[in-house]
Amino acid sequence: MTARQRLLQVLGTPLGLLAIIGCFTLLFFTLFAPVIWGEEARMTNTDRILEPPSDEHIFGTDGSGRDIFKRTLVATQLSVVMALAATAAGVLGGIILGLLPLITGGRGGRYIVAGINIGVAFPGLLLAIAFSVILGESGLAAALAIAIAMMPNYGRLTHNLAASVWGRDFISAARVLGVPTWKIVARHVLPNVRDPLIVNAAMTAGNALVAFAGLSFLGLGIQVPQYDWGRLLNEGVSRIFVTPAPALVPGVAIILAGLTFVLLGEVLGKVLTPDTHRSLLSRIRQRKNLPDTTATSDEADVNEESVLSVRNLHVAAPADKTNWRPLVEGVSFDVAPGEIVGMVGESGSGKSLTLMSVAGLIESPLHVSADAAYFDGEHLKLQPDGHPSALDKHFGQKLAMVFQDPMSSLNPALQVGTQVAEPGMLHLGMSRKEAKDAAITRLNDVRIPEAERRFNQYPHEYSGGMRQRAMIAGGLMGKPSLILADEPTTALDVTVQAEILNLLRGINEAEGTAIMFVSHDIAVVTSLCTRVLVMYRGHLVEDISSADLRNGLAQHPYTKALMETVPTMESPRDRPMASIPDDADFSSGNSSDAETAPEESMR
Amino acid sequence: MSVTPTSTDMTKSAGGKAQGWNQNPWVSYLLRRGMYFVVSMFVLVSLSFLLVQLIPGDPARISAGEAAPAELVEQRRTELGLDRPVIIQYLAFWGGLFTGDLGESITSRMPVIDVIMTRAPATLEIALIAVALTLVTSICLGLLFGALTRGDKRPGTEVGFTGATGILGVIPEFLAGIILVYFFAVNLDLVPVAGRSDFSSYILPVVALALGSTAGLTRIVRAEALNVLRQDYVRTARAKRMNPVRLYGRHVLPNLLTSTLTISGMMLGSMIAGTVLVENIFAWPGLGGTIVESIQGKDYPLVQGIIIFYGSLVLLINLIVDIVLITIDPRTALDKS
Repeated sequence: MTARQRLLQVLGTPLGLLAIIGCFTLLFFTLFAPVIWGEEARMTNTDRILEPPSDEHIFGTDGSGRDIFKRTLVATQLSVVMALAATAAGVLGGIILGLLPLITGGRGGRYIVAGINIGVAFPGLLLAIAFSVILGESGLAAALAIAIAMMPNYGRLTHNLAASVWGRDFISAARVLGVPTWKIVARHVLPNVRDPLIVNAAMTAGNALVAFAGLSFLGLGIQVPQYDWGRLLNEGVSRIFVTPAPALVPGVAIILAGLTFVLLGEVLGKVLTPDTHRSLLSRIRQRKNLPDTTATSDEADVNEESVLSVRNLHVAAPADKTNWRPLVEGVSFDVAPGEIVGMVGESGSGKSLTLMSVAGLIESPLHVSADAAYFDGEHLKLQPDGHPSALDKHFGQKLAMVFQDPMSSLNPALQVGTQVAEPGMLHLGMSRKEAKDAAITRLNDVRIPEAERRFNQYPHEYSGGMRQRAMIAGGLMGKPSLILADEPTTALDVTVQAEILNLLRGINEAEGTAIMFVSHDIAVVTSLCTRVLVMYRGHLVEDISSADLRNGLAQHPYTKALMETVPTMESPRDRPMASIPDDADFSSGNSSDAETAPEESMR
Repeated sequence: MSVTPTSTDMTKSAGGKAQGWNQNPWVSYLLRRGMYFVVSMFVLVSLSFLLVQLIPGDPARISAGEAAPAELVEQRRTELGLDRPVIIQYLAFWGGLFTGDLGESITSRMPVIDVIMTRAPATLEIALIAVALTLVTSICLGLLFGALTRGDKRPGTEVGFTGATGILGVIPEFLAGIILVYFFAVNLDLVPVAGRSDFSSYILPVVALALGSTAGLTRIVRAEALNVLRQDYVRTARAKRMNPVRLYGRHVLPNLLTSTLTISGMMLGSMIAGTVLVENIFAWPGLGGTIVESIQGKDYPLVQGIIIFYGSLVLLINLIVDIVLITIDPRTALDKS
């Protein structure tokens, strides 16, 4: 989408319309208000001082009998022009200040950056007040003071943007070619940082307008007989007990003008920087007609011998205003006690989603539904949003979860020990002390060295493998009958992978804990698991024992292709390794259930 | 169970006991941050000294008035110390600062330090109350609305939130003050119109000062909260099935505070400057009225003193924010070293 198309699109939204109306109104009053009402607004009438609103004077009159509304309209010109002048000067100065370190380079450049950083620490209004000491009290002095006060902030923005462009290849190429630095900055850097600078300038103009009104209000800006909104406010506020209009009308004008600049900035931001986020409006319009899943809730359907039994699980995501896109369709499976079940499939096949919906961790906007679910002797009622609330009390006791990336799955702001001990306090009724002792024991069990000391460390002080083991230790605080593991070794290097696999296998053998292990690595799965579930494009296409899989008894073409990709000692070395092409399609027929799928999907 | 840890277990340890004090990341961070504070103070004092030097024309003439006779101008020049060489003036300025002597107000003949000491408490009160109110309110509200609208839920609430905070955010403190005075003091007569007396007289100045910043900061906190709620470790916390208070208070909030405080540092600084405007509306007996009067009255020693006061208050708040930051989350601040 080009910027022009985006502009047309944004102008069609309520936001864009408001911005357009605001800008044109502001422009109109700035250009023409003094010509049209200038004379009337100047006329004093001592007979009609501080009159309430009437037909003749919409908002009444001020202390000299002048029409408040017309004076406010006329004041638009001075207020807006001064704000824009200050912004133009401040932005220009800021850009020069921000680019200067690149041009001078070296020590001088670093001093300028340090200077900018110190300048940024001081609030703009304070700087503007300070500079008005030097420049005296007048409109121009106030505008200049605001411009100077704005420079450090804008300079820092420019410098940050420019510095990020400075490292790119085309800049290096130009420097190698001997193009003068100032020319590189003007020709290559500036065009690449232009858009965010424009967006920010619009917002800055709004701030300048408010700041200028503030200075005038204090008596440090526009002086009588001239008047801007701030000056009108200054005159009006002393009479607020008699009548509020002289203060409130220019006040509202300042707010509306400030809003216009903010809206302008928003619109420019949307036009200049493509945003993939769904708009609020489309989300409101989206009707919540949930995906149609044939709900034949029959609890007897589940296998009560299993630790976990799930029937006809669906996960869907909103596709557009009314439709849902299925991500997982009609998946049913069982996990027997003490069994290690692997779930394999390519990225996006729905294997992780399946696991997450079992754990009740799927969040809006995704939607989960299932006919029946059963965990360790209990039928689970799914709430309308697909959350298996009955499972909540089992977490930390009979059910544990291990996530994919141990780097991001532990909370960086909490001590690892606290996170390991937490389930003990939450679900097992342990005191803080008991939970800590238990956690240290578990950390020892998963072979964290010096567990006592490491209890108090933060995740960033742990290695990747140790974090994953700490995560498993947290799951072992209770006595889980099932561990759900979502690609627990994917983010780890190979030697650490083996450690984690051995740990899981050890837990399984020692405690008889069933494990559901999701991975895209079929080699890992076949070596660890007793049974393998194969996911393909949201469907469960194969449910096979590891032994059968290793012996080449896979039935579904995708499973076969997947097994081909695993190199063995006998793989021919003169041919390239087998791979599954991107455009391969194995989805023949509607193989939605593993029980019936193999026969249908043959050939 | 003794298993030799593999090489990957040898993690970098932050702040081991064997390290020297200058290697300790805390010490080196505090040193660097302290240096920055000292340099900024130096710039602040030098700039406020330069304010008078940079006035175009003759500061003594401007201060004494256009029509003043020549001997009065010369007398004013001596009073301001402008008859001495610039470098001597500069050193004397620093010397005075260290001995607590900021000169004498030209209009009131009172020592500048006394004027500041008598009027600063009123300014500090509303500034600090408003800063605390802003931080607490925006963190609570931002977290609440972040939780309510996470995962694209409740788009209607989101529209209301964005609209309301957007409009409140553009109302500058002086307008908020005027509007509040009109409705709550003049119309409803609930609180005093101006001046500093009992508790109720604090309400309007503090709210006027905090309103716009709170709206802006709440938006930022909500955006940060949505960002934190998307993180994997929040999913881990959800998997542990804890009550919302613990989830948001213990797992989300600490991660939120770091980024929020980083951003809010600058915002709190501009609230300090905002007290000038608010004090002028409410006739608050702080330094805000004094600085405007002294600028208009060309009372340069007083202006310089007050500017140093405001500037160092801002720098001090930034310093405190940064120190609070590394206490909450040592990783972010210390990793930079």
